[in-house]
Amino acid sequence: MFSSATEATEVILKSGWFLEHAYIIPLIPAVAFALIIFFGKKMPLKGSEFGILSMFGALAMSAGAAYQWIQRVNGAPEEAFIKPVIKTWTWWQNDGVSLGIGQHIDGLSITILVVVAFISSLVQIYSTEYLRGDRRYTHFFASLTLFSAGMLNMVVAENMIQLILGWELMGLCSFMLIGHWWEEGANSRAALKAFFTTRTGDIGLLVGTSVLFFSANEWTQKTLGVSGFSIRGLSAWALSGNPGHAAITVGAVALFIAAIGKSGQFPLHTWLPDAMAGPTPVSSLLHSSTMVVAGVFLVARLYPVFFEGMNILGTSLNFIVLIGGITIVIAAALAFVQTDIKKVLAYSTVSQLGYMMMGLGAGAWLPAVFHIFTHAFFKACLFLGAGSISHSASHHSFDMKKDMGGLRKFMPITFSTWIVSTLALCGVFPFSGFFSKDEIIDNVGHNGYTFFMIIGLSGAFLTAAYMTRATYLTFFGEPRGAAAGEHHDDEHGHDAHAAHDDHGHDDHGHDSHDAHASHDSHDDHGSHGPRESGLIITVPLIILATLAIGSGFLNAAPFGHSWENFKKWVEPRAEVVAVTDVAHTTGGAGEVRIASGGTTDTTVPTPEEVAAHSSETPVDGEVATEDTVAHGEEPTAVHDTKSAEAGAEGEAHHESPCGSETPEGGVCYAPQLHHAPFKWSKAGLSMIIVFAGMLLSWLLCVQLYDRKNKKLVGLTKRNKLLGAGYSFLENKYYLDTLYEKIIVRSIAHPIARGAYWFNQNVLDGIVNGAGICTKTVAGWVYRNVDQKLVDGAVNGAGTTAENAGGALQPVQSGKVNQYGALLFGAAAIGALVLVIINF
Amino acid sequence: MLASDVLVAQNVGFAIIAAIMVIGALRVVTTKNVVHAALWLVVVLAGAAAQYVLLAAEFVAITQIMVYIGAVMVLFLFGTMLTRARIGAEQDLNNKNGIIGLPIAVLLLATMLIALNDGFKSEKLPVDAPVVTTQQVSDQIFGPYLLPFWALSFVLLAAAIGAIVLARRD
Amino acid sequence: MLLNQFLMLGAVLFCIGVYGVIVRKNAVLVLMSIELILNSVNINLLAFSLRNNSVDGHTFALYVIAVAAAEVGVGLAMVLLMYRNRRSVGLDELSEMKG
Repeated sequence: MFSSATEATEVILKSGWFLEHAYIIPLIPAVAFALIIFFGKKMPLKGSEFGILSMFGALAMSAGAAYQWIQRVNGAPEEAFIKPVIKTWTWWQNDGVSLGIGQHIDGLSITILVVVAFISSLVQIYSTEYLRGDRRYTHFFASLTLFSAGMLNMVVAENMIQLILGWELMGLCSFMLIGHWWEEGANSRAALKAFFTTRTGDIGLLVGTSVLFFSANEWTQKTLGVSGFSIRGLSAWALSGNPGHAAITVGAVALFIAAIGKSGQFPLHTWLPDAMAGPTPVSSLLHSSTMVVAGVFLVARLYPVFFEGMNILGTSLNFIVLIGGITIVIAAALAFVQTDIKKVLAYSTVSQLGYMMMGLGAGAWLPAVFHIFTHAFFKACLFLGAGSISHSASHHSFDMKKDMGGLRKFMPITFSTWIVSTLALCGVFPFSGFFSKDEIIDNVGHNGYTFFMIIGLSGAFLTAAYMTRATYLTFFGEPRGAAAGEHHDDEHGHDAHAAHDDHGHDDHGHDSHDAHASHDSHDDHGSHGPRESGLIITVPLIILATLAIGSGFLNAAPFGHSWENFKKWVEPRAEVVAVTDVAHTTGGAGEVRIASGGTTDTTVPTPEEVAAHSSETPVDGEVATEDTVAHGEEPTAVHDTKSAEAGAEGEAHHESPCGSETPEGGVCYAPQLHHAPFKWSKAGLSMIIVFAGMLLSWLLCVQLYDRKNKKLVGLTKRNKLLGAGYSFLENKYYLDTLYEKIIVRSIAHPIARGAYWFNQNVLDGIVNGAGICTKTVAGWVYRNVDQKLVDGAVNGAGTTAENAGGALQPVQSGKVNQYGALLFGAAAIGALVLVIINF
Repeated sequence: MLASDVLVAQNVGFAIIAAIMVIGALRVVTTKNVVHAALWLVVVLAGAAAQYVLLAAEFVAITQIMVYIGAVMVLFLFGTMLTRARIGAEQDLNNKNGIIGLPIAVLLLATMLIALNDGFKSEKLPVDAPVVTTQQVSDQIFGPYLLPFWALSFVLLAAAIGAIVLARRD
Repeated sequence: MLLNQFLMLGAVLFCIGVYGVIVRKNAVLVLMSIELILNSVNINLLAFSLRNNSVDGHTFALYVIAVAAAEVGVGLAMVLLMYRNRRSVGLDELSEMKG
């Protein structure tokens, strides 16, 4: 207890070299990028050594910083606000506006730093094998390293300008990497689509940053002595009770639009599945585990702004939770109609990002951030597993229906890591996804968003179902297509020529995204049917799968509060911090803890500005009391880490005036959030839902694919009917037709199957019912929302521009002289007009 | 130094040089021989240098002669020689834009002459202004205009590199 | 001396240069016309410099000369490249950028 803390006490926080110099972390890959660009091609490993070494360096520094941050947290009082380690250097200054660059290291940055550096290291190692022999191998590693630099820079960013710098670097690298094999039109189109779509959202980032700057700058300069761009200043400003409602709402909405674009949320999610045209390591690193969480990170980083601007935990529905909820369901439904394994995973990513957004929107900050953490590992593992399959088993195809199946026998390591990650993704109990996703759902419900809790649970059901389907199609059943090794035997002998190999690809007509991956190395592998990938590919898979199991235990709420380390280390504590000396507060120094506990009768000397602001918006004491009462009803609702001492009722809650009220006598950097108590009953419910999804999906898959395959043996062409009674099994790209055939069958032929099959038919009915619903929703959404609404709007804008351009076309003759004539003619006429006016 | 009694001589000098410059400029844009155009351009540039002297700008005049007539013209002649097989009259130097170009030029000229006539009617230049010394110019360049000077240095560097990259054979 | 006589000389040279830029097809001649325009600007700068009794105009005239030199260097390099690729320096043929 901190009854003695009513007087201002300076908290001495530990720090360390790694924490103080975390700004070096993004510099390492940035330097490596330059080295790769200039010397990469001359190096023995074509530049990949620079990339890998730099990522190891960044990882080592991140780990050191993480260790020292944990020391810092452990050394501090349990409810104290842990000051982030902030450093700023001013690089531009003009007329009261100064732009800095530096670092803002707190638990959130540390988490993402470790994740990014770790996944980047593994993906770069993996890529040395996956892209061996690629014609732009060096450029690939340069882009990958630059991407890491951008992401790390965004994570350590001290202010919004620095954050935008990293944000845009990531966008650029994403564009370059998606279009890595730009010779194929589809790839370059996908790259452009991703770039333009995220760019649309980026307008929001610029607008939001500007709005917030002009609203907040005066307050932050006066109170904290930092610019209105700084994250620290904006956080404090948002919770100061000072900002006007309109300004902060507009700023938050604009920033959230940027997050929608980057994180593939509902209206702008269409670019993410297309982005799978890039090489698989890119999909794994950028488009599942790191870059696409940038939007989520932005919301988590400036959480006070969103908290106040969107009225999170308020009475009404807010924008973030709504978008997140829509995204979960829509993306999960779309995952059913995909045959491309990477697109299934892409829609799954979109759906999981929806969970994170929903969690943030519903006040479940920590579970959402924890879900970023766990999701990164298992989703990266799934993507790398898909890459492993296409690399070694399915001859660079990603088509689950045509070129996979039965691979569990051939690829035991890939299979087992895939299963582990799938279970983690579905949120099965001991795996990491359970601890994060279930916490999100739980907290969303706990914070009063019951409807969205149901959406979250149905999302869990759908997730389990589509992942089971993908797993079944890939690893079970009979091998098909390239997985069965058929086309190698037909078209390539053991002495196949490389040129011949090229032909084989084109003739095969697959969705072969990675067809360029390694023409040169075809003869080494993949020409002899499916087999396990090499160590360079499997070792990262194994590491990631281990983490997919283990990372959840960092915040294992079911085992008691001593297990909630992640919460202790990462979550910013809501405590009022006094600003003692305005003139010397740069870099986070000079702040003093005021008090903790619900008491606000402090006698702390406060700056007059703060007091003045406080008096404008009087403290609403009622709210705090209500909260205490509300939580008093749940004896187990302990949401801080001091429960061992304060297990007694009543004092179990750390009530802080931070939140929707004006902090008295200081500033807040984090809103007060509440955590749902863990209950096995709730977890059990979601487990049942997940297993139900798996079971139904499994049965459906067996019905569909297994039987079809028995009849398919010996047939080489698709679209060929297998028998009079089995016309429903027509093999199509989309599941729509397939599902319709099942409906026809289950209605037209149940009697023919006889009473002996009665049970199975009932079962089929249930299964098919689920299938029909899913198919209808997914198909409708895909056709109408995705294709017509979103694409229609985009195309409409394009058509308008095209028509206007057509009208102006003759002016653009391409002849320099005519341009000169136009220029000078216009100047002459303009001058004439001016002369006439002035006469 | 400039006394009012020699103003007549200056005016006469200005008129002669100006006439030569206008004729030279017209020849530059009308001649059918590229090398002749370059030589007429030399006349115009030299005339401009002479006008600079009249305007009490010695350093600029010297720079004009050295840079333009010394360096730029050599570049032009090299460019001409490297891009033409033969030196001589050609028919195909103009495009079909003459019908647009003439009205635009005349319109622009008329506008400017009207505006100038209206704006500066018969304003006289100071007759006793001292010649601007090189030291004054350098004080300006390396004092208040240092930043543009740096920028200009980078422009020249970039142009040199760019010219090499563009023109080299590889 | 009148200020206007220099300014009008500059105006005449400028318009001749404009005419040349519009009418000439040969890229080298277009570059020469641009030189005419730049020189007319320089005359104006120096005339005003004398009138205002300041040295700023001289500085800018020198900068203009330097920029013109850079422009001619790059311009002629482009002309060379064009000639090497197309055996012609006619600007009319360079219309791939047309809309």
